[in-house]
Amino acid sequence: MTALQKKDHNPIAHLTREDIESLGRELDAVRASVIETRGARDTAYIRRVIKVQRGLEIASRATLLASRWKPAFVVGTVGLTVSKVLENMEIGHNVMHGQWDWMRDPKIHSTTWEWDNASPADLWKHSHNELHHTYTNVLGRDNDLGYGIMRVDEDQKWVPFYLGQPAWNFINACFFEYGIAAYDLELGKYFAGRKDKAVFKRDATKVLNKIRAQVTKDYVVHPGLALLTGSARRTLAANFTANLARNLWTHSVIMCGHFPEGVETFTKTSIDGETRGDWYLRQMIGSANISGSKAMHIATGNLSYQIEHHLFPDLPSNRYQEIAPQVRDICERYGLQYTSGSLPRQVASAWGKVIRLSLPNHLAARLHRPRRRTPVAPTALPSRIVAVADGRAA
Amino acid sequence: MTSAPARTTAAAPPAAPAPWRRRAFAVVKAATTPLLPEDYVDLIDPLRSRTQLRGRVVAVTPETADAVTVTIRPGRGWRGHVPGQYLRVGVDVDGVRLWRAYSITSGPRTDGCVEITVKAISGGAVSTHLVRSLRVGQVVQMEQADGEFVLPPTLPGKMLLVTGGSGITPVMGILRHTVDRLDDVVLLHSAPRPEDVIFADELRALAADGRISLQERHTDVHGMLDTAELDALVPDWRERETFACGPAAMLDALESHWAASELADRLTIEQFRPALAATGEGGTVHFTGLDRDVDCSGSSPILDAGEEAGVLMPSGCRMGICFGCVLPLREGSVRDLRTGEVTTASPGDGVLVQTCISAAAGRCDIDL
Repeated sequence: MTALQKKDHNPIAHLTREDIESLGRELDAVRASVIETRGARDTAYIRRVIKVQRGLEIASRATLLASRWKPAFVVGTVGLTVSKVLENMEIGHNVMHGQWDWMRDPKIHSTTWEWDNASPADLWKHSHNELHHTYTNVLGRDNDLGYGIMRVDEDQKWVPFYLGQPAWNFINACFFEYGIAAYDLELGKYFAGRKDKAVFKRDATKVLNKIRAQVTKDYVVHPGLALLTGSARRTLAANFTANLARNLWTHSVIMCGHFPEGVETFTKTSIDGETRGDWYLRQMIGSANISGSKAMHIATGNLSYQIEHHLFPDLPSNRYQEIAPQVRDICERYGLQYTSGSLPRQVASAWGKVIRLSLPNHLAARLHRPRRRTPVAPTALPSRIVAVADGRAA
Repeated sequence: MTSAPARTTAAAPPAAPAPWRRRAFAVVKAATTPLLPEDYVDLIDPLRSRTQLRGRVVAVTPETADAVTVTIRPGRGWRGHVPGQYLRVGVDVDGVRLWRAYSITSGPRTDGCVEITVKAISGGAVSTHLVRSLRVGQVVQMEQADGEFVLPPTLPGKMLLVTGGSGITPVMGILRHTVDRLDDVVLLHSAPRPEDVIFADELRALAADGRISLQERHTDVHGMLDTAELDALVPDWRERETFACGPAAMLDALESHWAASELADRLTIEQFRPALAATGEGGTVHFTGLDRDVDCSGSSPILDAGEEAGVLMPSGCRMGICFGCVLPLREGSVRDLRTGEVTTASPGDGVLVQTCISAAAGRCDIDL
């Protein structure tokens, strides 16, 4: 992967300006079709997920009170992990994207939601929703590309620090929620003197308060309650394990979204004067999906439909699966890569890139065996794309 | 007149909890962070919440072909009502929470429930939902009772009640509570046809017992009430304390008639559905906190118009994906520039809108 504009073979060179605008209109139509049919069924879905998650959390925490008994420890730990994964991914991430704001329920709203994570909601919404989703995969603008501590693109300058990035990446994965909190605080920018001190101080207080509340809950209050049943140590271990497992899981899912081979990046100036069609195009070829079972999709917060999510970050997550075939079809008709693969394959691909790019480009190139790709030929020439007469894709 | 006892008791601030309870609550709160303990209690009993008033529907009784009485058991924290007041009820229609105000029509009830009577309005999403789809056992959102359409502490000796259509509902609440203590009540009620009269049996029974004097008017036959007819219908109307509720046109006519007769202070009116500002292309955006008006075209986002006028507004991606610019729309309409969809809020609704992709559709109030 290198910035698209510098590639020998530019994967969007075959598209004319008209094609790109027509692609934009087709995607607008996909979006409109979901909005038109949003309703009670979707409301019931998110309410059910929230209910299941909270029920599971209570049940797991209650079970852990008896974790002196080993089976209760195992069941409670697994339950708490699943509950934390659901809470962060299918619920928290998506609610904070405003996917459910249309319900007008103040309890399930992007402006009121706070999640079970070290990063305070408002800081995360700024760095994720605003910066990452606006500047997806634009080198130098989207800090999600390597989180400022890794080099994940040939066009990022190599320095010896990057030799250790497989290790940084692993440590970041284990303590991902703290990594995200530090990232949302823009620590790097602060140390470089590019962040306003007063703003930093205010944000840092927020983060510290959030972390204190989170740590108190998982490592003081619940183990403390379990003192009464002699299960304090096991409860402490269970909470630590659940947080660790959740961190590893969310880190893996997120790596799969933009790091695997086949995903494109863009140069800083390439987004000047971007039209809606251009923006859609960048989201589409800058993201990658994970294929798998329904349970896997829910556990990833439907971020396994990363392409659909990046095209339409505010559509209810339960609808991504439904529109994925239409998006794939649009990709195929316009001769664009729709990157998708199984979870192990995408995780391996992302890790492979992290390891490879820890080396300078000339050494990295030796390690690079590009994934064998079926050449993508447009199945329909743009002239055959039926115009969208009534606002819907034909 | 005495107000409902529950209301007076609730006016006193709750006693501070004992220190051990406060500490126990702090521990529970620390165990549920970032949620609140009540978020988990909601899983079991949504009526126990102290911060979110809710109620459970215990009965849905038909009144006419298109009106029902809904009996609601309010959750913890309900402070009771004064007859004539209304209740704002929130229900999910097609997955979207919508709020409307309805008069409380119940008289004294020992079980603590309240009744509202709802007439389905054509095109009215909430009223149609309540009349056609509401089921016993469902939970609805509520706010505390509110409204000034109540009898004064000293009951008037002679009263005139002028109502039209569902305008009978607050008046029914008043009659059911207070009719025994009222000496001389004339009720002038209009409805299209006899079968459209809500509470017809009860009203006619009150009249038959001589407790009120009822004049039913069927507008399909007799036409709309004309204030010029008042002298013939209620010769002593000038001597009466008058309460009126009904369609806006009727209320306007009454107001000007009473004003012309220099009796404006003897007329109390209740207007239910405020005439919504016509939706159009663009309009004036009023920022309530700043008390500033900004003109906004129908094609540019409120965010841009506000910023151009020097208003400091929250913003984010500026293309509708990050929700960093969301502000409450207190009143009026905005149009989604991407879909053309119009969102309308009644006063107090506080519907949250994304200012970066919304244009004014007529005059609107944004809370900033």
